[in-house]
Amino acid sequence: MYTQGLNSTEAATGGRSEDPARLLRFQAKVDSEDKIEPNDWMPEGYRRTLLRQISQHAHSEVIGMQPEGNWITRAPSLRRKAGLLAKVQDEAGHGLYLYAAAETLGMAREEMVDQLLTGKAKYSSIFNYPTLSWADIGAIGWLVDGAAIMNQIPLCRCSFGPYARAMIRICKEESFHQRQGYEIMVTLCNGTAAQKNMAQDALNRFWWPVLMMFGPSDKESLHSADTMKWKIKRFSNDDLRQKFIDATVPQGHYLGLTFPDPDLTFDAASGHWRTGEIDWSEFKRVLAGEGPCNRQRIGRARGGHADGAWVRAAALAYAEKRARAQRATAHAAE
Amino acid sequence: MRAEAMTETPMPLWEVFIRNRSGMPHKHCGSVHAADATMALQAARDVYTRRGESVSIWVIPSHAITASDPGDKDLLFEPTASKPYRHPTFYTVPDEVGHM
Repeated sequence: MYTQGLNSTEAATGGRSEDPARLLRFQAKVDSEDKIEPNDWMPEGYRRTLLRQISQHAHSEVIGMQPEGNWITRAPSLRRKAGLLAKVQDEAGHGLYLYAAAETLGMAREEMVDQLLTGKAKYSSIFNYPTLSWADIGAIGWLVDGAAIMNQIPLCRCSFGPYARAMIRICKEESFHQRQGYEIMVTLCNGTAAQKNMAQDALNRFWWPVLMMFGPSDKESLHSADTMKWKIKRFSNDDLRQKFIDATVPQGHYLGLTFPDPDLTFDAASGHWRTGEIDWSEFKRVLAGEGPCNRQRIGRARGGHADGAWVRAAALAYAEKRARAQRATAHAAE
Repeated sequence: MRAEAMTETPMPLWEVFIRNRSGMPHKHCGSVHAADATMALQAARDVYTRRGESVSIWVIPSHAITASDPGDKDLLFEPTASKPYRHPTFYTVPDEVGHM
């Protein structure tokens, strides 16, 4: 998902042994569905895994503004423009809630941003695909945000309090994102043949990358035992992916669109839609930096950060000047 | 890029509290980074009140908050568990008297 690079957890203790009594107390607290708060004792592996997951999630929200931002000035109507602008603004907000939650684990936001800009930290593979037409904005809202909601709802019950609280806020806002996307798709599919083709083309390009958002198949992802035990994660990648497929395929058929998967069939016995094999080599390539837009996304993020440096410096200098003047006045009054 | 990011002065951290329409007290909702109190208020408005969640915002420098130590949890809060007489249901009132 937005944290798919996480599928390898950090080594539990980095070689050091942790107090077994504390570990037991920690696990008992997690098992009883009590929240772990920033000042509580926690195993080092738990802290590092969460820090990585939450910061990756934040990076994904921030980078996710780029593909959609690409269409703000070209939205087909004022209604669509206002909706898209509000959605992109939400993504910035979600990034900030998440950075704030991650900071409670002991890393400064500046350092997390640095990790993103230097390529040390990952973000979701999905944002490395281009938005070539207006229909892509519909497809992203419907599919990408739809997939995100599937993944994020269980995260509202994550054992780490600040992350769970951030996810509750995010989920409330995310549902507008998916509905505005689907509405765009409905409008295009009820439009001219050319508009419907545009919607079909967007689905064709986004379907497989969206399925990859849930991360490697359970057979490949060897490290989920710890995150399950710690109640960071509640469902496996494949379970969430299946849930998403079952919810989404009928929505696509309602639109009168076809999915780019000749093997897609309904298995009446289990009640599930079955897809063909996902091309995991593409997923690995995109995560490794070889997706269609990786360089452009990071380049933009770096440019924006560098261009804003003087603003941050000026704001700090002004605050310092004001504080100094205030101290001088207070001193003179004594 | 890296050198610049590493040498940049960190922005101060502020805790954000918002009060909603229903007359409840200000409630902690998260934090923001900002150079001063005015900008912290503006950032808090943009980040935490995009859908009418609030009629009032407080921002407080994070370093100004003193928090209880989780290790003292039992010491501080456990004693109340053994004081049921602080609750109304501890006392009986004759049924004939009705609701009190």
